[in-house]
Amino acid sequence: MLIFDRSRRGRAAHAQLLPESGESPAIPDYLLRKTRPALPEVSELDAVRHYTRLSQQNYSIDTQFYPLGSCTMKYNPKVCHDLASLPGFLNTHPLGLERTGQGTLAGLYELQEMLAEITGMAGVSLACAAGAQGEFAGVAMIRAYHRLRDDLARTEMLVPDAAHGTNPASASMGGFRVREVATDADGNVDLTALELAVGPQTAGIMLTNPSTLGVFDQHIRAIADIVHRAGGLLYYDGANLNAIAGKVRPGDMGFDVIHLNLHKTFSTPHGGGGPGAGPVGVGDKLLPFLPLPVIVKDGSRYRMLTETERPHSIGHLVTFAGNVGVLLRAYVYIRMLGHEGLERVAEFSTLNANYLLKKLVEAGFEPAFPQRRAAHEFIITLKRLAKEHHVTALDFAKRLLDYGVHAPTVYFPLLIPECFLIEPTETESKEALDAFVRIMAEILKEAETDPDRLKSAPHSLPVRRLDEVRAARHPDLAYKSE
Amino acid sequence: MPFIPHTEADIREMLAALGVPSTETLFDEIPAELCCGALDLPPALKEMEVTRLMRARAGQNRPLLCFAGAGAYEHHIPAAVWAVTSRGEYYSAYTPYQAEASQGTLQVLYEYQSMMASLTAMDVSNASLYDGATSLAEAVLMAVRTNRKSHSRRILMPKTVHPFYRRVVRTIVGSQALELIELPYDVETGRVDPASLEIHSGTDIAALVIPQINFFGVLEAVDELTVWAAANGAIAIALVNPMALALLKPPGEWGQEGADIACGDGQPLGIPLSGGGPYFGFMCCRKAHVHQLPGRLVGRTVDMDGKPGFTLTLQAREQHIRRGRATSNICTNQGLMVTAATIYMALLGPEGLRRVALQSHQNTLSLMSSLTAVDSVERVFSGPFFHEAVFRTRRPAREIMDGLAERGILGGHELARDYPELGEAILVCVTETRTQEDIESYARQIASLLSHG
Amino acid sequence: MSRLPDDLKYAKTHEWAKPEESGNVRVGISDYAQEQLGDVVYVELPEVGRRVKAGEACAVVESVKAASDIYSPVSGEIVEVNGSLSDAPEAINQDSYAAWLFCVKADDLSELNTLLDAEAYKADAEAD
Repeated sequence: MLIFDRSRRGRAAHAQLLPESGESPAIPDYLLRKTRPALPEVSELDAVRHYTRLSQQNYSIDTQFYPLGSCTMKYNPKVCHDLASLPGFLNTHPLGLERTGQGTLAGLYELQEMLAEITGMAGVSLACAAGAQGEFAGVAMIRAYHRLRDDLARTEMLVPDAAHGTNPASASMGGFRVREVATDADGNVDLTALELAVGPQTAGIMLTNPSTLGVFDQHIRAIADIVHRAGGLLYYDGANLNAIAGKVRPGDMGFDVIHLNLHKTFSTPHGGGGPGAGPVGVGDKLLPFLPLPVIVKDGSRYRMLTETERPHSIGHLVTFAGNVGVLLRAYVYIRMLGHEGLERVAEFSTLNANYLLKKLVEAGFEPAFPQRRAAHEFIITLKRLAKEHHVTALDFAKRLLDYGVHAPTVYFPLLIPECFLIEPTETESKEALDAFVRIMAEILKEAETDPDRLKSAPHSLPVRRLDEVRAARHPDLAYKSE
Repeated sequence: MPFIPHTEADIREMLAALGVPSTETLFDEIPAELCCGALDLPPALKEMEVTRLMRARAGQNRPLLCFAGAGAYEHHIPAAVWAVTSRGEYYSAYTPYQAEASQGTLQVLYEYQSMMASLTAMDVSNASLYDGATSLAEAVLMAVRTNRKSHSRRILMPKTVHPFYRRVVRTIVGSQALELIELPYDVETGRVDPASLEIHSGTDIAALVIPQINFFGVLEAVDELTVWAAANGAIAIALVNPMALALLKPPGEWGQEGADIACGDGQPLGIPLSGGGPYFGFMCCRKAHVHQLPGRLVGRTVDMDGKPGFTLTLQAREQHIRRGRATSNICTNQGLMVTAATIYMALLGPEGLRRVALQSHQNTLSLMSSLTAVDSVERVFSGPFFHEAVFRTRRPAREIMDGLAERGILGGHELARDYPELGEAILVCVTETRTQEDIESYARQIASLLSHG
Repeated sequence: MSRLPDDLKYAKTHEWAKPEESGNVRVGISDYAQEQLGDVVYVELPEVGRRVKAGEACAVVESVKAASDIYSPVSGEIVEVNGSLSDAPEAINQDSYAAWLFCVKADDLSELNTLLDAEAYKADAEAD
């Protein structure tokens, strides 16, 4: 039932309704609204009950195991939300930030410093609203760097074929042509292909390490050498930093520019799809190009650098200073972990992933890279089931929902047929992993004996499989009152 | 070990299962020389300690009575909005890829899209973008994709558009070979002079941006501007404040056929100021252009039993399918903020929202009438305004702002940096949250600052 | 393998092309391509009057999970598009040879000679 179906003409949440002033606005009539927007008319309890009930139709980290690969669905500590929601932070107007928001700026400044230390970068800007925007900023900085050197022929961005879709999308939004680089049988970048791909047209390469295939590219230094020798720069997509936080730094691997997804490694909420935050970090070469604002400390006061002080900056990417509320949550998280806590994130997310992989293989599942160690996530392929029982990875995923766990990422990376990308994260216990293995084994048995059970799954959720073709052919994107 | 549940026994068993002596071994594929030593980070704090630290930090933020707007507005947020939004089921879920296990988030997004479409009187809304400025940048890119008649990639951008928005548009479309042409404003009225468009009539223009309300708080002649865009084959992009639309003619009704795209910042709808973010951007358009819309979209459909349900749809527009040729690189939206905005709009309803808009407007009228009664304070523009207005005094704006801050008031936003031609001008905003007493106090403090100055 | 009329020419990128007496070339996608894509949900067609080069992407066929660029097999001017597909994209799944996408007034019909006949296209698609 939609909130609109609960609406009754004349009902209202009266505690929220200001008195009718009776005066008409001092605005010419032709600029005024003549129609009533079709917003619902409900009581406060109606609204609270409706949206509380809707929330109960979600799987979430707080309620379910959520091994969605590449998304790092770990526990979001309540304290981070609580402290970022202190009235002193919430009520600060963005234009009063320097004048009245020194407490906020202190946190943001220290976060910049800590992220630079964690990633081995010379400087960080917190401005970007999400990972994809961080990618865009990174690409734009690479472009600005080459242009300032009059190196205008560098129009091509290299992206491994296993990369996340935002990488090529960001590169083309940044004005580059995208050239794909192949992956070798071990899941590493194919060095021979890379050698052939680089040249005077190469602006840079966008890499995730550990890669989207869940393995650490051991040849990263060689890759860095090849690209740097060709005059290109290395861009690090921080999607998988959880695997190496506190152990290996992108800066030490040879990367020139990075972005981080705070909602992954630093436990800020995913919120049903945002808000994210995508800070970018750079080495010395790219410092002048960092997006604004960058926060600096003058004596005991914090302030934001302006365009005049950073004339080569790629500019501003969001209206104000970035997703401050998200940044403060990450700040609290890092302060609670310290270096040792961060290193444990890498260790235990890796331990959980390798343990889970091992147990799933024992239960009869096929790993995509049996010869490799898993990083914080790994891939299994269900291609045998697809072939022998006509059960797809999607069918399997839907059946998992019936057992009360969220499905792993399916059909990504595109290179591996019928794949599951599984990321358990460090905050799950051994019991949770063992329970997941039992469920997977159970469904595997079902797939072999009763494949229709999977093909028609889920059976126990609020809705069964949805008609996506109908949704796309005849889009119903907004409620229309009769 | 904060947030890690493993016992010593668990660790032993897991390592034994893997046949490795320690977790260190699991990193043996990483070249040893890459491993960093101890990082220079502050020592770990317990929850109690970090709470003390953050309370102290929050205490360093000085609470001022807020008369600033300029893109971020202090409206009252009902307690129920964030009490429900903060539920773990919303807070800790991700993008609804598995529709059956995400009907809560999906239905909220569908209801949100419905509310925004109705508020703007457009056919469809996406599930949100990052913020107002990025929504404008995306709208400009969308206009260029949509306008197949135009080959110029020239965009008319009024100077009455928020300067922060304009700089973001410059950054984002900078590498796309678009031409942003600045449109001047009438110094008398503070709005785009429709006559200034004449020199562009008959030329190839891809889109015209129409801000309502504009950055000076002044109301633009939206009908004339929209008609001009239609007559000249340009896409009309409405940049609007959603709160104001409870009172003002919505973009879908501008001119003869309405604007083509409506975008803006959704912060006024239940989102705290929070130092500038997270907020959310919105974007609405005509049905015919929906395939060019960036960002997530939720559709209502049926399941295999014919039961109604919700799913992400038209995904072939997006980066995970189209990769380098997607409508945008955007991946997430601002799901949690949109959840709050949906609950906010449900709680306020059409009448509640209208009254908030009207009260804000009347409070601003009241302030401007008190201010202009003060000797040597002048209203800068004559055009009708909504809940923001520009005034000037004989003292430097910086001194006025500092003086007000000393008296516990955030006085507004100085315009000198972006509009030096306006002299010592201050943009002030009054929402429904300010009382008559607050307003009188503001005027009194200004009078006192001027009498001492 | 799927249906492959003998009287059509095929591109490696899965378009079919049919020269007409008027000198125009009608273009659609092969039955094989339609099968691979699955349920077609949307078709983006070029503007009538647009100049295209042989091999230039000028239309898009979308399914729920994929977006496939359609390349013009010949250079020329788009003279007609099949607007009925906007409301009924499923026509492509029903009969992809009846559900043509666009019609090009070819500059040089000999460009068609670089395309494959049904036999060769079949061999090529099977090797994929």
